[in-house]
Amino acid sequence: MCQVDEEYHDQLERTDVPSASQKCVKCKEVSAAVVIRAGDAYCRGCFKEYFIHKFRAMLGKNRIIFPGEKVLLAVSGGPSSCSMLSQVQEGLSQKAHKKLRFFPGIVYIDEGGAVGQPTEERQRTVSELEMVFKATGFPFHIVPLEQVLDLPGSVVVTALPPSQQPPSAYKAAVDRFNQICGSDCLAPPEQQQKKSPPDVHESHTQLLQQLIGSAKTLTAREDLLNTLRQHLLVHTARTEGYSKLMLGDSCTRLAIKLLTSISLGRGAQLAQDTGFSDSRYGDIISVRPMRDYSAKEIAHYNRMFNVPSVVIPSLETKTSEKASIQRLTESFVTKLQTDFPSTVSTIYRTSEKLQTACRSSSTDDHSDRCLLCLCVLDTAVEKASAFQATLISEQLSQTLSLGSGSPRQNSGPVKPTSAASAVQCCSLSGGEDCGRATSGGSCCSSAKETIDLKSLLCYSCQLTIRDMSSVDHLPQYIMSEAKRRQRRSQMRDEISEFLLNDGDEGND
Amino acid sequence: MAAPIEIHLEFGGGAELLFNGIKEHHVTLPSQSEPWDMKQLLVWIQRNLLKERPELFVQGDSVRPGILVLINDADWELMGELEYQLQDRDNVVFISTLHGG
Repeated sequence: MCQVDEEYHDQLERTDVPSASQKCVKCKEVSAAVVIRAGDAYCRGCFKEYFIHKFRAMLGKNRIIFPGEKVLLAVSGGPSSCSMLSQVQEGLSQKAHKKLRFFPGIVYIDEGGAVGQPTEERQRTVSELEMVFKATGFPFHIVPLEQVLDLPGSVVVTALPPSQQPPSAYKAAVDRFNQICGSDCLAPPEQQQKKSPPDVHESHTQLLQQLIGSAKTLTAREDLLNTLRQHLLVHTARTEGYSKLMLGDSCTRLAIKLLTSISLGRGAQLAQDTGFSDSRYGDIISVRPMRDYSAKEIAHYNRMFNVPSVVIPSLETKTSEKASIQRLTESFVTKLQTDFPSTVSTIYRTSEKLQTACRSSSTDDHSDRCLLCLCVLDTAVEKASAFQATLISEQLSQTLSLGSGSPRQNSGPVKPTSAASAVQCCSLSGGEDCGRATSGGSCCSSAKETIDLKSLLCYSCQLTIRDMSSVDHLPQYIMSEAKRRQRRSQMRDEISEFLLNDGDEGND
Repeated sequence: MAAPIEIHLEFGGGAELLFNGIKEHHVTLPSQSEPWDMKQLLVWIQRNLLKERPELFVQGDSVRPGILVLINDADWELMGELEYQLQDRDNVVFISTLHGG
C-alpha cells in the first residue's frame, strides 16, 4: 500500500517499507519508533499502551485468575519473565485503569549448579536479582535447583483440583471483591521477612551435575532440566500456599517449543505444554500470560522502559546450531521469521486451536499419568499404531544385537524381555493400559526388584530416560514414586480377577 | 574524505557474552571516502570487537536472525536496515532475543 511519506530506493523492491519519517499508524502524530508485526510502525506512547493492554486483555479474556488469589510468578531473570513482572507491577499500581486484583509472589530458581557456574558468579546473579525483586515489594523466594534432590514424592502426584467453578462465578467473585475491599485493600497477607537464600552444599551441586551429566545428549539434558525445574516450581507453589503459577513464555519461545515438542514425541501433550493454562498438577494451575508477545516486542519494551533483566547462561549458551533439537528448531524458526514475519504468529494461532482429547479415565488413578511430566499417558494404544511399531522394531533390534554378543546401550534396569512381554500382552486385551502391568510382573520375578521406569512414562519421557546412561542418579522422590506405582499395579494385577469391572475383559 | 565518526555501541540480552561481557563500547570509526553504513559497521565489529563465535552474531551480510538492532532508539527497519548511513555520535544497540525467557 502506498504512503505519502514513503522513501523510494533505487529499485522499488517492496511497496510498504516503513521509513524513518513515517508517523505512528495509530496516533498519526509522533514519529514511529518500533515496527510490530509486518509493517505497523508505532510510536513509543502507543506501543506502551498496546503492550500493557495486551497483558490485561490476556488475563481478562481467560478468566482464570480470581480476585484475591495468590499467584506465583516464575522469574528466570530473562527478558520475558522480567517483562511479565513489570506488567504485574504496572497492573497492580494504584493509578492503573482497571487494577489487577491478585496477590503476587516471585520465585527464582537458581540453576547455576546444573550449568556449571562457579559459586561467586551464582551469588552475584542472585544478589542482582534480589535487588530487582526487593524493588517490587512482592514476597520473593530464591530456590536453588539443588533442592530438587530433597523433594517429597507428592510432587509427581496429581492433586485433586479445587471444586469446579461455573463461568459465572468469575463475575460474581469480582463484584464481591470490589464490594468488600474497595480500591485500597491490596495489602499482602503477610509481610516479607528477611529470608536469606539457603546455602547450597557442594555435595548437592555435585549430585545435581552428575544427574544432568548422565544424560548423554544436550536434548535430553534440556528436557530433564525442564522437568526438574517444573517440579521445583510446583513444589514451591504448594508449600508457600499459592494456587496459580505464572510462566513467562513468549510467543516466539512457545512457537519454538511447539515444533520442538513434536520432534521430541510430545505431540499428545501439546495443548498443555503451549496453551494458556495448564492444569496437569491438579491444584496448581500454570498460566502463560506472555504468550501473545513476540520476543522482539518484549526486547523493545524492556529497552524503552528500562525493565531490568539479568543474563544468565544456560545449557545452550554458545552452543552450535545443531547441538540439540531445541537449538535447531530455534534457529529454524528465527531464520524463517526474518523473511516471513508472520511465521511465529501463524504457529501461535495454530497452537491456540489445539485441545486435549479427553480420554475418559473412570478413576482418577495416578497410574494413568506419566511419572515425570504428569501428562496423561499416551502409550496405551491399540495394536496397529505407530507406538507399537516402534516397540516391535526395538524388540527386534535388541534380540538381534543380543545374538551378536554386544548388548545395545540402553537404560540400566530395563531388561530385554520386558519389551517382548509388553508386545505379547498387548495382543491379549484390547485398548487397555497393559504396557505397564506385566512388565512390572516379569521384572519382579528376579530376586532384586528392578524398576521398569519406561512403563510409567509417556513416549517422550521414555526417550529422555533412554538417553541417560544410568537412571540411578535420578532424585529419590522419582524413584520412590516409581516403586510405589509399580507395587500398586502389581497388586491390582494380583487381585484383578476379584475386581468387578465393566470392561470387556473376560469376567468369570 | 569523511571525518572519523564516533559511535556508541551497546550490546544486550546476552550478546555481550560474545564481547567479553562488556556491554558498552565507544568506538571511533576511521575516516574513509564513502560514508560509513551499517553493513560496513558490521564488518568492522566482526574484525575488531568480536572475540569469539562470529557465527553467533553475524550471518552473511547482516546480523544473525534473532538479534535486534536499534539505531538511536528506533528500530533499524525504520531507518533502512543495512543501508542506513551512520552519522557522528549515533547510538547503535544490539539486543539478542534468543537468550532466556
